[in-house]
Amino acid sequence: MMNRYLTKGAKSEEHGIFLSKLRLNYIYIRITQLLLLIFLLGTWELTVKLKLIDEFLFSRPSKIWDLFIEMLTTGELQHHIYVTLLETVVGFILGTLLGTILATLIWASPFISKVLEPYLVVLNGMPKVALGPIFIVTFGSGYTSIIAMALAISIIITTIVIYGSFKEVDPNYLKLARTFGAKKHQIFFKVILPASFPTIIATLKVNVGLSWVGVIVGEFLVSKAGLGYLIIYGFQVFNLTLVMMSLFIISIAATLMYQAVALLESKILSIRNR
Amino acid sequence: MNRSIISLKNVSKLYHTKIDEIFAVKDINLNIEKGEFISLVGPSGCGKSTILSLISGLFPPTKGKIYIDGQEVTGPTRKIGYMLQQDYLLNWRTVEENILLGLEIQKRLTTKNRNQALHLLEEMGLTSYKDSHPNQLSGGMRQRVALVRTLATNPDILLLDEPFSALDYQTRLKLEDLVVETIHKHEKTAILVTHDISEAIAMSDRIVLLGKNPGHIKKVFNVPDPIRNSLPLKARNVPEFQNYFHLIWSEIEDDE
Ligand SMILES: Nc1ncnc2c1ncn2[C@@H]1O[C@H](COP(=O)(O)OP(=O)(O)OP(=O)(O)O)[C@@H](O)[C@H]1O
Ligand SMILES: [Mg+2]
Repeated sequence: MMNRYLTKGAKSEEHGIFLSKLRLNYIYIRITQLLLLIFLLGTWELTVKLKLIDEFLFSRPSKIWDLFIEMLTTGELQHHIYVTLLETVVGFILGTLLGTILATLIWASPFISKVLEPYLVVLNGMPKVALGPIFIVTFGSGYTSIIAMALAISIIITTIVIYGSFKEVDPNYLKLARTFGAKKHQIFFKVILPASFPTIIATLKVNVGLSWVGVIVGEFLVSKAGLGYLIIYGFQVFNLTLVMMSLFIISIAATLMYQAVALLESKILSIRNR
Repeated sequence: MNRSIISLKNVSKLYHTKIDEIFAVKDINLNIEKGEFISLVGPSGCGKSTILSLISGLFPPTKGKIYIDGQEVTGPTRKIGYMLQQDYLLNWRTVEENILLGLEIQKRLTTKNRNQALHLLEEMGLTSYKDSHPNQLSGGMRQRVALVRTLATNPDILLLDEPFSALDYQTRLKLEDLVVETIHKHEKTAILVTHDISEAIAMSDRIVLLGKNPGHIKKVFNVPDPIRNSLPLKARNVPEFQNYFHLIWSEIEDDE
């Protein structure tokens, strides 16, 4: 049974040996990863139980798990996860979309692009988190401020990267389109945009990460719900178990979201190049 | 007004960059009649591609005027199909989508036009590559796709910048015949840039020999009737062909 899996699809005996080596190696890696996780969690649990480290500060895995189950059954946790996910998704879709639109406007006018260049550089260099108070004053203490924060973090870099890819398109393709009498908007939609498509998809991936940063910071500052809020709340009432649990959920959710976008990217690109 | 379909009057072009100025062509005067087939020959850098780009309206001449059908050229028009020296196929489009680009841009993508384009593709022997992407094609195939893309918009005037340079000899001869036939049948006017003198003689009515630094017209040859009246492949076997080849050859030699 095991052997059958290891040599599946082999073209010859030698190929079979080669394949089993490859697959065994893969299995070993996965098993080691799992053991490492169990070891880390076990050590954590044990050292706390043996009072080698302070349970009040570091909590412990089984307590975190119990809290997780408890909050799931009350349905409370789902609500917080939903709020944060929604803010993040909206933030990164808006960031990518508006960044692309901004890049398009800049591309459409070389004059505007030259004028705006130093402004973009300064805005890009500024730590956007510092804008937090301004957002709260402007948008109030609700979802809007949090999404604004996520947007602020991703939009400028998106604009710069996508505009850069617009500019890098070989000018001879523009010349080709012009030989057929293409107008500026046709040059954009027939040549510039499709040529930059891989870059746009790639920024989507970067923006997922950036939006998480923006949303969590935003929730630290203003919110009444969400995973960032749970962290701040847990911290204020010295419920470190809550903080730890939120951290775990954030890392898992962020990873899943990133993988989903990466999958989307490879799907779209493979359709494009059939 | 004269009857020429294309007319260049004292046309000069200087390229400007931040650090330099390049005198590409100087005082070009040329009249081309409707239905004529003209070849431009001359050493590399003498301004052949520049002249085609000027006629196509991609950029204006620094001095002088260019007229198409008696109207001054101010930008690209649909009357002209310009096949650039490189193929510049869009690599995210299939071959079929590439050859339809011009029709799409000109908003003339009707079923009839599409079928015509596909028919051209068939004549070039590329039907089976219709759904391939350009990076799966050889250089010669890419060039043929680019030729189809130019012909697909059915322009009155064809500007062809070394359209056969990447083809093997056999395909080249076949396509020469195909292009000349198409052009005669539909009374199109054509300007061909080539480095191959026998190709120029076999295909054209007139050959314009250019010199360089800056590019200028050195001499214009009228191809003798017996050669002109046969298709390119046959023209090469007309008795006058060899003599005529040597005549032009010696003229170019004198230059160097
Ligand atoms: N975009 C440009 N900017 C600056 N100089 C240019 C540009 N395009 C062409 N030139 C210069 O103008 C001159 C004529 O160039 P052109 O491409 O018309 O020559 P050509 O006869 O087509 O040459 P080839 O046979 O090699 O294709 C050359 O000296 C070239 O360096
Ligand atoms: Mg050239």
